[in-house]
Amino acid sequence: SSWWSHVEMGPPDPILGVTEAYKRDTNSKKMNLGVGAYRDDNGKPYVLNCVRKAEAMIASKKMDKEYLPIGGLADFTRASAELALGENSEAFKSGRYVTVQGISGTGSLRIGANFLQRFFKASRDVYLPKPSWGNHTPIFRDAGMQLQAYRYYDPKTCSLDFSGAMDDISKIPEKSIILLHACAHNPTGVDPRQEQWKELAATVKKRNLLVYFDMAYQGFASGDINRDAWAVRYFIEQGINIVLSQSFAKNMGLYGERAGAFTVICSDAEEAKRVESQLKILIRPMYSNPPVNGARIASMILNTPDLRKEWLTEVKGMADRIISMRTQLVSNLKKEGSSHNWQHITDQIGMFCFTGLKPEQVERLIKEFSVYMTKDGRISVAGVTSGNVGYLAHAIHQVTK
Amino acid sequence: MAASIFAAVPCAPPVAVFKLTADFREDGDSRKVNLGVGAYRTDEGQPWVLPVVKKVEQMIANDNSLNHEYLPILGLPEFRANASRIALGDDSPAIKEKRVGSVQSLGGTGALRIGAEFLRRWYNGNNNTATPVYVSAPSWENHNSVFMDAGFKDIRTYHYWNAAKRGLDLQGLLNDMENAPEFSIFILHACAHNPTGTDPTPEQWKQIAAVMKRRCLFPFFDSAYQGFASGSLDKDAWAVRYFVSEGFELFCAQSFSKNFGLYNERVGNLTVVGKDADNVQRVLSQMEKIVRTTWSNPPSQGARIVATTLSSPELFNEWYGNVKTMADRVLLMRSELRSRLEALGTPGTWNHITEQIGMFSFTGLNPKQVEYMIKEKHIYLMASGRINMCGLTTKNLDYVAKSIHEAVTKIQ
Repeated sequence: SSWWSHVEMGPPDPILGVTEAYKRDTNSKKMNLGVGAYRDDNGKPYVLNCVRKAEAMIASKKMDKEYLPIGGLADFTRASAELALGENSEAFKSGRYVTVQGISGTGSLRIGANFLQRFFKASRDVYLPKPSWGNHTPIFRDAGMQLQAYRYYDPKTCSLDFSGAMDDISKIPEKSIILLHACAHNPTGVDPRQEQWKELAATVKKRNLLVYFDMAYQGFASGDINRDAWAVRYFIEQGINIVLSQSFAKNMGLYGERAGAFTVICSDAEEAKRVESQLKILIRPMYSNPPVNGARIASMILNTPDLRKEWLTEVKGMADRIISMRTQLVSNLKKEGSSHNWQHITDQIGMFCFTGLKPEQVERLIKEFSVYMTKDGRISVAGVTSGNVGYLAHAIHQVTK
Repeated sequence: MAASIFAAVPCAPPVAVFKLTADFREDGDSRKVNLGVGAYRTDEGQPWVLPVVKKVEQMIANDNSLNHEYLPILGLPEFRANASRIALGDDSPAIKEKRVGSVQSLGGTGALRIGAEFLRRWYNGNNNTATPVYVSAPSWENHNSVFMDAGFKDIRTYHYWNAAKRGLDLQGLLNDMENAPEFSIFILHACAHNPTGTDPTPEQWKQIAAVMKRRCLFPFFDSAYQGFASGSLDKDAWAVRYFVSEGFELFCAQSFSKNFGLYNERVGNLTVVGKDADNVQRVLSQMEKIVRTTWSNPPSQGARIVATTLSSPELFNEWYGNVKTMADRVLLMRSELRSRLEALGTPGTWNHITEQIGMFSFTGLNPKQVEYMIKEKHIYLMASGRINMCGLTTKNLDYVAKSIHEAVTKIQ
């Protein structure tokens, strides 16, 4: 007999299931709105020009393949920190931070989760917004933390339940950990306004909470990297020493290269050194040291003025296309004659949109129109093109009229 | 302002092998030699990007159909299949019987970690953190950390290196296995044992397998040097394949860091051999969940290079030649070092230098002698006496041999 007879079959991934079903569908009009990766207006993956240029530059340098340090490529981690914090950030200039390279967003989140499990003795509780990215819960759980929630999304208005969030957050036990999406909340696309961020910051400060920011869409949300990092920078300016996970999967299109970073804002540079030493102790038994390719590309882009400029233009281009698809979807719905209020589609931001569609309506969209999305009514706006936005509006109208 | 939550975070000691390299870098002495960290060096003392790797990277760069999209959670399918095939052999019955699974991982370390996390959750009951894990004495120091961080509470050593006779302590090893609690996990080095360079012979492996089968012990192979050790992929995989042929269910953590020179691309593979396809499928489905919370999906660059190389007969042959180049240079340095020490009449016996295999050699130097080597001779090696043969070149052989001679004769 086998050692593994009692091993249960793991549940199928709900999002992958969507893509699998989409692939099997023979309808020529089919749309995959489950995909969490950017697509151009032809529905194709998009390799940024600045990425191609960076790759060519890297190839010409004929570098070796020696191990990176455990904490990753220094030029990359420094540039990542500067991108998030801003070049004028006191925390950045004083060096009272540590940034280690992580395996994109997931790996960075996991390093942080493990670090908190080991060194943040005040609490085991991590408060997530309701809803949050599906993988947040198992990441923190596997790291040995406990999950709690605070109200966030209001399904009645398809927007932020700000009073509910403030109410819940003001009651979170002191010294708990709260996770906040820096911009382009996944899966709802609903972000607080700046005045709301200010109130949130005051409350978490009052409750003495440890703030964990997840920033996977800097630049990709509004098209402006400074605007998208506003909340992160504001919190730090308010004296809140945050921890932060960054991903370059979406904003540089480096998905499979796994470029990411985990940052801890510390009291001073000396503390940062101690924290760094412990992060390395966590990383070494996980994968020893990080992969170079994505980090080199990102570093080349961030540190080469021409490439950086080109990147900012391209990331704005991606964000603009998404925003334009939102606008076109709403205007097409109006043209179809829909009487519903679809304002949330343009109010929401980033790759995803919580349409407000109910499971039965989603099922009809899949079965009758071959429009694939997750049961919660979330669509990836990246999967919408000027060629299919009309069809999408038509389909949505049919199931909601 | 309140005291920082991290005020009490202690400064962790640096990882020894990297500290060694850092010290080496700062050393201004022109005679300095780095025999520490385990990476291949040419006879000019330089890192070596394999010619086949350069060629394949160019092919990848020129292929406009390629993009940077996410790989599947378990990795690039062509990489996984080829990597396991390399370990188990083209005509592996296990592969034919479809009872082999593969998980692309971040280097050998990543493969070990995924395997360890799975075992802690699903082996010998559910979430049984008490299952003893046996690591060879000595071993790569990260083995302990990997299994500890995966949640195992009882990590033990098994006898391996006999310092007096400078060889394998087979009897001690077998005794430990006889006395180990049933179902204990044993980490076995598939070839080129790190740090001793001392491997069991095929006959000794047979004895090991027999005891492990009888005692129901779980074999977790660490294969970081396949091809690099002897120059032959088949020879270096003999032990793993033998265990498979004996009907074991096992894990094999593979690294392509050394044999492909892809250190910083983090290319590894966890090969899972089970009793049948159904078991393997369920195991992989659970490993997928573990991967998802660790790194979501693996990096694509290195896997593409390996997959492309292994699936083309031409490129495969070219790679094999590159691997042999590295293995041969190491073998040459071994024989050259030994002959010099014997010519110098350095006290002790030095045949272990050529009998050991792979990148590393346990010289037998004691900590005081090692300190002498570092401080007086600017030759950097691990406190255990471990040297990386790749650090030797035709230019520094004489200096290193003379220095060892001095250390052994001056320091006791």
